[in-house]
Amino acid sequence: MSVTQQALTAGRAVIARPARRALYGGIMGSEYIWAIAFALPYVAVFFAFVVYPICYGVYLGDQPALYAELFSDPRYLTAVVNTLIYVGVGVNLKMFLAFLLSGFFMRKRWWVKALLVLYILPWATPALPAYMSIHWFVNGQWGMLNNLLYFVFGIDGPVYLNDHWMGLACNIGAYIWKNMPFWTIILLAGRMAIPQELYEAAAVDGATGMRRFLHVTYPLMANLYLVCILLDTVFALGDFNATFFVSGGGPAMQTEVLATLGIRYAFTVALPRLGVATVMSALPVLIPLVIILMRKLRPSEGQL
Amino acid sequence: MSATTSGRQFGSPLFYRLQRWGVEALCLLLGAVLAVWTIAPIYNMWEIALDSHDDIFAGALWPAHPSLDAFRVVVTQDFWYLAHFWHQFGNSFIVGLSTMGLTLLIGSLASFTVTRMHLRNGWMLTNAALMTYVIPASFLAIPFYRIMQIYGLANHLLAVILSLTTFATPYAIFIFSQYSKSIPMELDESARIDGANPFQIYWKIYLPLMAPALVAVGTYALLLAWNEYLYNFLMLSTPQSMTVAVALAQFLNSDESPWNFMMATAILYALPPIILYYGFRRYMAAGLTMGGVKG
Repeated sequence: MSVTQQALTAGRAVIARPARRALYGGIMGSEYIWAIAFALPYVAVFFAFVVYPICYGVYLGDQPALYAELFSDPRYLTAVVNTLIYVGVGVNLKMFLAFLLSGFFMRKRWWVKALLVLYILPWATPALPAYMSIHWFVNGQWGMLNNLLYFVFGIDGPVYLNDHWMGLACNIGAYIWKNMPFWTIILLAGRMAIPQELYEAAAVDGATGMRRFLHVTYPLMANLYLVCILLDTVFALGDFNATFFVSGGGPAMQTEVLATLGIRYAFTVALPRLGVATVMSALPVLIPLVIILMRKLRPSEGQL
Repeated sequence: MSATTSGRQFGSPLFYRLQRWGVEALCLLLGAVLAVWTIAPIYNMWEIALDSHDDIFAGALWPAHPSLDAFRVVVTQDFWYLAHFWHQFGNSFIVGLSTMGLTLLIGSLASFTVTRMHLRNGWMLTNAALMTYVIPASFLAIPFYRIMQIYGLANHLLAVILSLTTFATPYAIFIFSQYSKSIPMELDESARIDGANPFQIYWKIYLPLMAPALVAVGTYALLLAWNEYLYNFLMLSTPQSMTVAVALAQFLNSDESPWNFMMATAILYALPPIILYYGFRRYMAAGLTMGGVKG
C-alpha cells in the first residue's frame, strides 16, 4: 500500500486486506459502472467463444458409445501412442537442447551474436511454409536431404515418410526445428536474469564448471525450466500443423496424433461426434496440466 | 580459500591455452552445425522456388537454371490456383490487423479493470484468461466450426477474426497485468483527485505508459493471426474469402501441382512476418521476458 493511499485513508481501518484497497474498496456508483463496462468486452468474448464452445463440445461428445468405438479402433490407439511419443520426445528433447544452447548463446563473441540472429529465423517463419518445405526436404525420391546424403557420403537415403517411425521422427524433428529457437530465447532471458555477483561469489568460494552449474544455475533455473516444459506440453498436445503438413498423417494414418485425428474424423470422414470424442479423450491428461499451469502462471507468483 | 587454491594442481600455461583453443574449436563446430540445421529448410524453399518447372525433379542441390519466373507468376496471378492472390493477401492483412486491434482493445480494458480498479472478484477474470491461454486451440476447432455457423458467420472473415481474438486476448491480459505493475498507482490516484474519471485515466495515463507492452502484444497478435492455418481453413472456403494460408495449402490438393509456384507463394507469405519480427525484435524480446508466450 502506497504512502499516498495511507495518508488518504488515515483514520479508517488501514489493516483491510491489501487486495481490496480502501480507495476503491467495494467501489460504488459510477466507478462500479465504469469497471463493469471495461470488463464487459472480455466477459462477452469469454462466454461467447470459450464457455459456449466447451459446453457444445461436451454435449457433442457425451455418449459413452463413442468412447467404446474409439477404444476398439486400432487407428485411435496408434494415434495415442504417437501423441505420447510426439509430446514426450518433442518437448523434453527440445527443451534440453534449448537449455544447453542458451548456455552457448551466453558467450560474448561477435559470431555467436550474429548466429543468434540467424537462429531465430525458424521461429519468425510461419508454420505452414516451414513445414511444407520440410515435407519436400525429406522426400525420399528427390528431397534435398537424400541428395545431400548422396552428395556427401554416396549413399541412398531411405524413403522417410513411407515408414511409421521415421515419419513420426520427421514430424518431431520439424516441431523441434520450428520451436527450439523460441524456448532458447526464453531460457536465455532466464539465464541473463541471474545476477553476475552470484557467479563471482561462487567463484570466490571455489565453485567452477559443474559445481557452479549445480549450485547456482540449476537452482535458479529449475522453476522456469519446469514451467516451460509444462507450457510446451500443452502446446505440443494441441499441435496440428507439424503432423498435418510434414507427414500428413501418412502412411495409412500411422503417424496421426490426437489433434489431427480429431480433425480428420470430424471433417474428412464427417463424424464430428467421433472427432470431439477423440480430442476429449486427452482431457484426463490436459485438465491436471491446466490446473498446475494456472497455479504456476498466476501473476502474483509466476515470473516466467 | 588459499588452502583450496594451493590444493589444486593446475596445468601449465601451454595446457591452458590448448584447452581454451579446444573449447573455441568445439564452439565453432557447434555453431556451424546449428547454422546448417537452421538454414537447410529455408534454403530448400528458395531452391525449389528458383527452379524452373522441369528441373524440380532432377534432385539438384542448387537450381540448374535459376529464374525468378515462379515469383513473376505469383505476383501477376498467372496461374489458376493464384487467380485471387492479392485479394487473399489483403484478406490476411485484414484478419491480422483486426485481430491485433481487437486484442489490444479488449485486453487492455480488461487488465485495466483487474489491476487498476480492483473490481471485486476481478481475479475470476484473470483465471478465465489463464484457462483460455492453456487450452490448445486445435482442441476447440470442431465446436468452433459449429458455433460460427450458429452465429451466422460461416465463410465470413469475422469468424476467423473473432476466434483468433479469443485465443490472443488471454496472453494480452497476462502481459498487460505483469507490465502495469511497473506503473505507479500514485499517478492514477493523483489524476483521480484532479477529477479524472476512469476512462480518462485509462486513455490519458494508462495507455501511453503501456506503449512498450502494447507494441509487444500487438506484434504477437498480428503474427498469430497471420500464421494461423487451421481456423482459416475450417471457416473460409471460397476463393474470395480465403486468406493466403488456405490458398497456399490448396496446392497440396493436387498431385500435379507446380511446386515452384507453391514455394514462391510460401516465400511471399512468409516475408511480412519475418520482416515484422526482425523489425520489432527488441520489443518482442521485451515481451518474452515479461511473460510466457504462446509459441
